[in-house]
Amino acid sequence: MTAENRTPLLLLAALVVVLVIAPVFPQWQFLATLALAKGMTVLGLLLLLRTGLVSFGQGLYYCLGAYAAGTVGLHWGVTDVFVLLLVAAAVSAVVAVLLGFLLAGYRGIFFAMLSLAFSMILYGLLVKVSALGSTDGFNVAPPTFFGREIAGKDSQYGMFALTCVIVFLTTLAMHRYFQTPLGRLSPAIRDNEIRVEYLGASVRGAVHVKYVIAGVLAGIGGVLTAMTVGHIDPEMAYWTTSGEFVFVAILSGTGNVAAPFVGAFIFELIRTYAYQYSPNTWQMALGAAMLLTILFLPAGLWSLYERLRKV
Amino acid sequence: MSHLLAVVVDGVIYSSWLFIIAVGLTLTYGVMNILNMAHGSLYALGAYAAASFAGYWIAQGHAPMASYGILVLAAAIVGVIAGPLIERGLLRFMYGRDEILLLLVTYAVFLILEDVIKLIWGVDPYFISEPYGLLGSVDFAGLTYPVYNVLLVAVCLIVGAVLAWILRYTRQGKLLLAVIHDREMSQAMGIDVGRMYLVTFTAGAALAALGGALTAPTVSVVPGMGVEVIVLAFAVVVIGGLGSLPGAALGALIVGLVRSAAVHYMPEVELFSIYLVMALVLVFRPKGLFAGAEVRKI
Amino acid sequence: MSYILETRGLTRTFGAVTAAADISVAVERDSVIGLIGTNGAGKTTFVNMVTGYLKPTAGTIWFKGQDITPLHPRQITRRGISRSFQIPQLYGSLTALENLVVAFGIVLRNAKASPFGRVPKLVPGHGMPLREAAEAMLDRFGLSEFRDKPASVLPGGVRKLLDIAMALTVKPEVLMLDEPTSGVSSEEKFAIMDRVMRAARAEGATVLFVEHDMEIVSRYAQRVLAFYDGRIIADGETASVLADEEVRRYVIGGGGRQVEQGVAHAQDR
Repeated sequence: MTAENRTPLLLLAALVVVLVIAPVFPQWQFLATLALAKGMTVLGLLLLLRTGLVSFGQGLYYCLGAYAAGTVGLHWGVTDVFVLLLVAAAVSAVVAVLLGFLLAGYRGIFFAMLSLAFSMILYGLLVKVSALGSTDGFNVAPPTFFGREIAGKDSQYGMFALTCVIVFLTTLAMHRYFQTPLGRLSPAIRDNEIRVEYLGASVRGAVHVKYVIAGVLAGIGGVLTAMTVGHIDPEMAYWTTSGEFVFVAILSGTGNVAAPFVGAFIFELIRTYAYQYSPNTWQMALGAAMLLTILFLPAGLWSLYERLRKV
Repeated sequence: MSHLLAVVVDGVIYSSWLFIIAVGLTLTYGVMNILNMAHGSLYALGAYAAASFAGYWIAQGHAPMASYGILVLAAAIVGVIAGPLIERGLLRFMYGRDEILLLLVTYAVFLILEDVIKLIWGVDPYFISEPYGLLGSVDFAGLTYPVYNVLLVAVCLIVGAVLAWILRYTRQGKLLLAVIHDREMSQAMGIDVGRMYLVTFTAGAALAALGGALTAPTVSVVPGMGVEVIVLAFAVVVIGGLGSLPGAALGALIVGLVRSAAVHYMPEVELFSIYLVMALVLVFRPKGLFAGAEVRKI
Repeated sequence: MSYILETRGLTRTFGAVTAAADISVAVERDSVIGLIGTNGAGKTTFVNMVTGYLKPTAGTIWFKGQDITPLHPRQITRRGISRSFQIPQLYGSLTALENLVVAFGIVLRNAKASPFGRVPKLVPGHGMPLREAAEAMLDRFGLSEFRDKPASVLPGGVRKLLDIAMALTVKPEVLMLDEPTSGVSSEEKFAIMDRVMRAARAEGATVLFVEHDMEIVSRYAQRVLAFYDGRIIADGETASVLADEEVRRYVIGGGGRQVEQGVAHAQDR
C-alpha cells in the first residue's frame, strides 16, 4: 500500500486512539483542542504552500469565523454547534471569494503582504466597533450539540471529541482533494504556471478556489477556537497571529495533511511552557526556531519523521 | 476652508513621517529583492536608542538643543550596527533563494529583535519629550503646530533630496540604480553586488531607525511599537511601486492626505481608508504607480 | 480549400524593433512545416503569437475558420493548438509520470466542461484512468524508465521529449514545436524526432516546427517557411526553399556541406 493510501487509515487510527486515550489525560484536553482548532487554519496554509503561496493573512478568516459565530450567538442566542460552524464557513467563504478576485492575481511577496494588509483592515474595523467590545472582544457561550450543552462536567471532552471528528473529516477530505485533478494542480502551479496555462487550465481560477478553501478552513479553525476558549478579540486578526500560523506551517512541513496538527500541538505545548518560564524571550525562541527550520530542515518536521521512518 | 487647510497640513506632516519610515523599505526591496519584515523592529530600535542616548544627554545637563543631533546619531549607530550584523551575519547566506524564504527569514529576525529590545531596555515605557517641546509652536492659518512637526517635514525633504542626489549624481548611486534595474546584468558587468547589498541594507536600517528616533519624542516608547509600522510602510511602498523612490514619496503623500482626511471627517475608518486606497491603486495598477517593465519568460 | 490555420498580415513590434512584419501563412491540414531562420528572425515570435502568449500589433490569426487573435493561451490550447518550448516547461519537482498525470487531469476536466463538444479520448479507449493514460504516453515516447524520477533531474533529451509529450496530451489538431532538437546530441536527435513525428501523426496533428538543424528540416518537413528580419522570404517545398539563393545567403549561411546533404536528403524523398 502506497504512502498516499496509507494516510486515511493512519488518520482513522489516530482518531480512535486519541478519543480513547483522552479521558485519561483531562489536563491536556484543552491544549489539544486548541491545537487541533489552530491546526485547521494551518491546514489551509498547507494547501496554499503546496500551491507556492504564503499567506500572512489567514488571521482574517480565523477572526472572521470566530466573530461571525460569536455575533450570531450574541445577538440571536444561537448556540448550536453545527449552525455556528456553518455560519463561520459561509462568512469566510463569501469574503474569500470577494478578496480572491484581487489576490488570485498575485504571487510571492505581494500575495503575502496583501493578505496581511487585509487582515489588518479587519483588525482596524473591529477595534473601533464598540458593539463588539472593541479591543476587549467578548465572551462566547458554550456551544450546544442538538440541544444539549457540551459544557458541564464533560465539557472539555465533549469539545475535544467534536473537534477531533471535525478535524478527521476535514483532513480526510483534503487528502482526497489532493488526489483530484484540481488538487494535483497545486504543485504544478507552484512549479510552472506557464505550463499549466498551456495545457488549457486557468491558474488564476485554480488559485482563487484554493484561496477560498484555505479561508473556509481558517474560519472553521477560528470558530472552534472561539468555542474552546470561550472568548474572542480582534487580536485574532492581527498580523502577528497570522505570523504564528505561518510559523507552524513552516515548522510542520507540507509532506502530509496530518502534519499541521502535529506541528500545532508541539507549538501550543512549547508556547504554554515557554511563556510561563520566560515571557520575554518567547518570540526570540520562535524566531530562532524558524530560522533553524528554514536553514536546516526546510521541509519541516514531517520530513524528519519521513526520514526516520526510512531508516 | 481652514478645515481643509488643516487636513492638508496634517496630511503633509504625516506624509513626511511615512516617507522616512517607508523609503528604507523600498530601497532594500529595489536593490536586494527583500521585503524586510524586521523594518519595524529597526524602527523601534531607533526609537529606544534615541530615547536612551538623548535621555542620558539631557539628564547629564548638556545643551538640550543638541539633542536633535543625538537623535540622528542614535539612528545612525543603530543602522551601522544592526544593518551589517543582519546582512552579513544572516541574509547573505540566503541570497538567490526564493523571495518568500527571505521574507520569512526577515520575519524571524523581527521576532528575535522584538525580544532583544525587551531584554536590553525592559518592558517599561521610555519618555523623551524634551526635543518635542523645546522648539515651541508656530501658528499657521489659525491653528497651532509644534515646530517639531515642521522639523519632521524638513528632515523628510532633506532625506529625499539627499537620496535622490546620491542615486542620480554619484557613481555609487548610479551603480545602485543599475542593480535595481537588472541585478544579473550588473553582476555580469563586474559591479560588486555584495557590497551594494551591505551598503543598501545598512542605509535601509539607518533610515528605519531614523524614523523611530524622530518619533520617540512624540510618543511613549514601548515594546511592540514597531509592529504596526511594517504594515503602514508596506502600504505606502506598494502604492508607489516597490523599489521606486519617487513612488515612495508619492505613496507617502497619498496615504498621508487620505489618512488625515479620515481622521478629520470620519475617524472610525482611519486604518481602513489607508488600505482601501492601497487596494484601489492595485486594482488599476497591479504593481503600484511607478512599476517596472514586464520581463518575457519564454 | 479551407486551411486549418491561417495568419493574415501578422505583425509585432516592440517599440522601435519589428520582430515580425506582415506574416501571412496558410497551413493545410496534416502538413508538416519547418520554420527556419537565424536567431531573432521572428520564428519564435510567430509561434508565441499563434499560441496566444504575445498579442500581435496588427494582423489576425484564424484557426478552423475562427478568429483566435484575441484569445488567451489556455483558450487556444482548449481549441486544439498546443506547443512545446525551446526550454522545456516541466513541473520540476514532480516525476515524469506525475507531470503527465497533471496534464491528463487538466484535459479531463476541460473535456467534461468543454462547450466545443471536443471530448478527446485520452488514449485509445475512452475513459481510461489518468495514471494509465500517463503510463501509456510515457511508453510511446520511450520514457518509461524515467517514470519515477523528478523532472528536474532528467537529462536534456528526455526533458525535451517529456515537454512534447505534455503538449500531445491535449490531443491537438495543430502541434507547434519550438526547436525540438536544440541542445540534443546528434545521435539522439533523429531518434527523438522519429518518435515525436510518429506520435504526432498518429494523433492526426498538423505539425509546425522551428528548427536550426537543416538535416532535421530536410528529413521531416514537407514544406518550409524561411524567416529573415521578421519577414517570410521563402515559402514552399522543402528542397526548393533550401536551395533558394536568398535562403542560403540569409538563413543557412556557412556549413555548405550540411546544406548539400540537406538538399540531397530532400531530393531523395
